[in-house]
Amino acid sequence: MDFLTSSDFWFLSLTSLAKTIFLIFLVVLPMVSYTVYAERRVSALIQDRVGPNRTGFPTSLIPGFTKDFSPFLGGLGQPVADAVKFLLKEDFVPGHVNKLYFWLAPCLAMMPAIVTLAAIPFGSEFLGVKMVVADINVGLLFMFAISSVSVYGIVLAGWSSNSKYPFLGGIRSTSQMISYELCMGLSAVPVLLVCGSTGLSSIVNYQVREGWLLAPFTNGGLSFREIALWVPIIIAFITFTISMFAETNRLPFDLPESETELVAGYHTEYSSMKFALFFLGEYTAMIAGSALIVVLFLGGWHLPFIPDGAGQGGLNFLHAIPSWIWGLVNITAFFAKVAVLLLVFIWIRWTLPRFRYDQLMKLGWLYLFEIALVNIFLTAGILAFTK
Amino acid sequence: MAYVVPRPNLTWKEKIYLPSIVAGMAITFKHLKRMIKGETHVVMQYPEEKWDKSMPDHYRGAPTLVTDEHGRERCVACQLCEFICPPRAITIKPEEIPADNKFAKVEKRPKEFEIDMIRCIYCGLCEEVCPEQAIFLRKDYAITGITRAEMVHDKAKLYELGGVFTGLVNKWNPKK
Repeated sequence: MDFLTSSDFWFLSLTSLAKTIFLIFLVVLPMVSYTVYAERRVSALIQDRVGPNRTGFPTSLIPGFTKDFSPFLGGLGQPVADAVKFLLKEDFVPGHVNKLYFWLAPCLAMMPAIVTLAAIPFGSEFLGVKMVVADINVGLLFMFAISSVSVYGIVLAGWSSNSKYPFLGGIRSTSQMISYELCMGLSAVPVLLVCGSTGLSSIVNYQVREGWLLAPFTNGGLSFREIALWVPIIIAFITFTISMFAETNRLPFDLPESETELVAGYHTEYSSMKFALFFLGEYTAMIAGSALIVVLFLGGWHLPFIPDGAGQGGLNFLHAIPSWIWGLVNITAFFAKVAVLLLVFIWIRWTLPRFRYDQLMKLGWLYLFEIALVNIFLTAGILAFTK
Repeated sequence: MAYVVPRPNLTWKEKIYLPSIVAGMAITFKHLKRMIKGETHVVMQYPEEKWDKSMPDHYRGAPTLVTDEHGRERCVACQLCEFICPPRAITIKPEEIPADNKFAKVEKRPKEFEIDMIRCIYCGLCEEVCPEQAIFLRKDYAITGITRAEMVHDKAKLYELGGVFTGLVNKWNPKK
């Protein structure tokens, strides 16, 4: 009871609320909608098309303006138009579905993806507040645990739709996500061995001190241990990224919704905002996945020449700048890294063809799983012998 | 007879698949780069860019009626175009030219000449069949309207689109 009335409680709850609102409504949801736009635009450019380049912001509706506002690239109003379209479309529920689970599935697709973001440290410190919604010391396990719940959204959608293509999509999704979850967990273990913690904040802090795991030279200088560890870390990075692609149902592993085979897979029967929730969930999961890759391998919010909020490291003259600016810069650096990874996601999607189902299973169980497993022993060996 | 397709022997580089992914990504990135630099030829951005200037002379756009150099409407209301028109888009009501008219010896002219542009298939048979060379398919292609009635081109509209056409048929000209 003391805790509830203490000022700590109010400080914690208010800052958590502010961080959550900032993260979800000011960063992630706009990022999702512009990832969809980027997906359409980049895919068009890769395929020598133009893509959505018309929709501006309808400022001509406001009296006094004659032209629509359509900044440099054109089509930047497209996400807004998409959202309006999704909201205005008829929300059709077919008669043959299981209503309860049909309604539950889109929520289950969207919520885990958002909840996983809670454990992500997206900045160092800003005005004395740690930039992570829930700084738990089992952050990585939390991420894995919650993100595997999102498979229920897809499975329930596939099953409750009571129609063959969603059902096939649901089945594929189950086996795919179960197989690749193992590999993803195992390939993150070397990182845990090196950093000695499952808390995402402490993993980032380790990388701030010792250099990014994937680029250990960022703290200036390479020791023999770092070079030796580089090999398993790169292997872990590749296997982790591949499993992340499979986990977020992105091409080349988008078997649950392979358009060419299963109409639209598990969300064939969905329309309007319920369909949009699957869409948002998929892209939020992509962002959460990219954020996890950034945290584990790419140094989180750290940029080599920028001191963190606590004011350590970096060039001396940079310390003259107040620390809250560095707090903002760190947040920006984190989301810039995430954005680059999202572009890579998109880039790969429009480069590679889809795997066949048996190839997917073979890749997961016969190669990635073994590689990740051996990699753990390799890392442990290197760590033991280079102490 | 069974035909055995020999399996290709893959090198270890092809087997680990990652180099080909990188090669593929290089190809797509090349396309992306060329698109951004504007080196790729893309489709015409229609309302801003139009192909009117490079349109060939034989282009079959909207059918129109033309007048000759004396201001006489060339159509003599023979109704051949009305009969040949495959989708029956043309409706003509002929009338007699009054005796006091300058062109009274032509005898007949259309009182009403309507082409339903919703029906028109731009086949050009009306132009081909016309003995007076009075109807021509011009280069107007953006025929739009928000009502069905608006899409029916009446005589005034057809002459407005057609304009004046000189030469060709001179048999109705006054004797020198």
